[in-house]
Amino acid sequence: MRGPTIIKAEDDKTRSLNKHTLMAFSGEAGDTIQFADYIQANVQLYTMRNDTELSTPAVGNFIRGELARSLRSRSPYTVNLLLGGVDPATEKPHLYWIDYLASLAPVPYAAHGYAQYYCLSLLDKHHNPNISLEEGMKLLEMCTDELKRRLPIDYKGVLVKVVTKDGVKEVDFDNDRIARAA
Amino acid sequence: MDKLVAQYSRPQHQNEFYSEQEQQDLTESVPPLSLKFALPPVDNHASFLRAMTDDLANPSCPIKLAHGTTTLAFRFQGGIIVCTDSRATAGNWIASQTVKKVIPVSRLSRGEDKPTNEPTPGLLGTMAGGAADCQYWLRYLSQQCTLHEIRHKRRITVAAASKILANLTYAYKGYGLSMGTMLAGVTPQEGPALYYIDSDGTRLPGNLFCVGSGQTFAYGVLDANYKYEMSEEEALALGRRAILAAMHRDAYSGGFINLYHVKEEGWVHHGFDDMNPIFWKTKLDNGEFSNVTSAL
Repeated sequence: MRGPTIIKAEDDKTRSLNKHTLMAFSGEAGDTIQFADYIQANVQLYTMRNDTELSTPAVGNFIRGELARSLRSRSPYTVNLLLGGVDPATEKPHLYWIDYLASLAPVPYAAHGYAQYYCLSLLDKHHNPNISLEEGMKLLEMCTDELKRRLPIDYKGVLVKVVTKDGVKEVDFDNDRIARAA
Repeated sequence: MDKLVAQYSRPQHQNEFYSEQEQQDLTESVPPLSLKFALPPVDNHASFLRAMTDDLANPSCPIKLAHGTTTLAFRFQGGIIVCTDSRATAGNWIASQTVKKVIPVSRLSRGEDKPTNEPTPGLLGTMAGGAADCQYWLRYLSQQCTLHEIRHKRRITVAAASKILANLTYAYKGYGLSMGTMLAGVTPQEGPALYYIDSDGTRLPGNLFCVGSGQTFAYGVLDANYKYEMSEEEALALGRRAILAAMHRDAYSGGFINLYHVKEEGWVHHGFDDMNPIFWKTKLDNGEFSNVTSAL
């Protein structure tokens, strides 16, 4: 978005850091992609130099460290992130909520910005750690329906990626559903 | 003699209703809107008030108003559910945890809120925004509704009552009133009726409203699970759960869950219950709120 104009409706605001870790970002235009690319390159560099894949918690703490360093510089990055990954050995999923003030919080579900206000209460009610992928997608649909109903911004749909033990894949999502208020 | 005859020759029922003069007196006796409030000796009252009370822009402002709330009301097949939290905050200070934010607006029922199965006739109003403004103007509305009842020998409709309040807030627009209120009632003329009125002068009829700082959280739960055809038990549970969601996530909401059901015969109070045991029961029985954990 630039002023009152949408520049691109289907922008991919995610980066894959390695086979089983995905990072989604939002925030100040320019900062977001700069920072995401920087993190992506450094994670890949680490893997090449040491011949080891970084785990999701390791990447999370690295990002937090970089944001904390940036926060104390003359021009800090204004970027909020969600970091998701599955440990290929233990098959345990990890999700981290990271904001531009360099907070790092492991959480079962997360959102940034105004979406938090509408979706977290829904997720509080309907989430439990044992739900299947289909149930998870239903829950996501409940969230996007609520945003369509109540958020004054028409955000032109969402891009959905799923991280499993087999890696990151994009899944189809019906963005044309119409959600009616009662 | 003529006088005597005249006295007994009038139509039998003539004196049973108001005379023309009496009717005129009644319609012209509505009190004028200006209630003669003392105003500060400044040019612009609204901006003066804002300078004194705006906590967000100026944290050291001299007056901190009681603010912050979650209230909700929705229509369904069996009437209207009205539910609120009970926290009042002044800035970051919790001023009270036991506020009654549902205000009965009726001559008969004012001041009675003990849990009972006997429905109490009358309307219910909810309180969000400035506590003083809401209490004062809902009491004023209550007066006007009572007068309406006496003058017209029938209860006021929700549409009319909400219009009295909306006309008032509109007349005072810009003077710094702060209120977001919902009026709920069931009348023979309208059936179940729900109106939203705020200090901007907005007045909207509708099926479902959430008002206050926690409104988004309540909307999240309510929108996803709302169906007009719900049973009474489902509706009460949903109202309670939606408020709980907001009390959990919104720092300015909390305390006790105050739940009412408005039906044809009047409103019924369904408890003023501490949120804490309800929260833990909801979490442990249903596995909800999975982010609340002691695991590192």
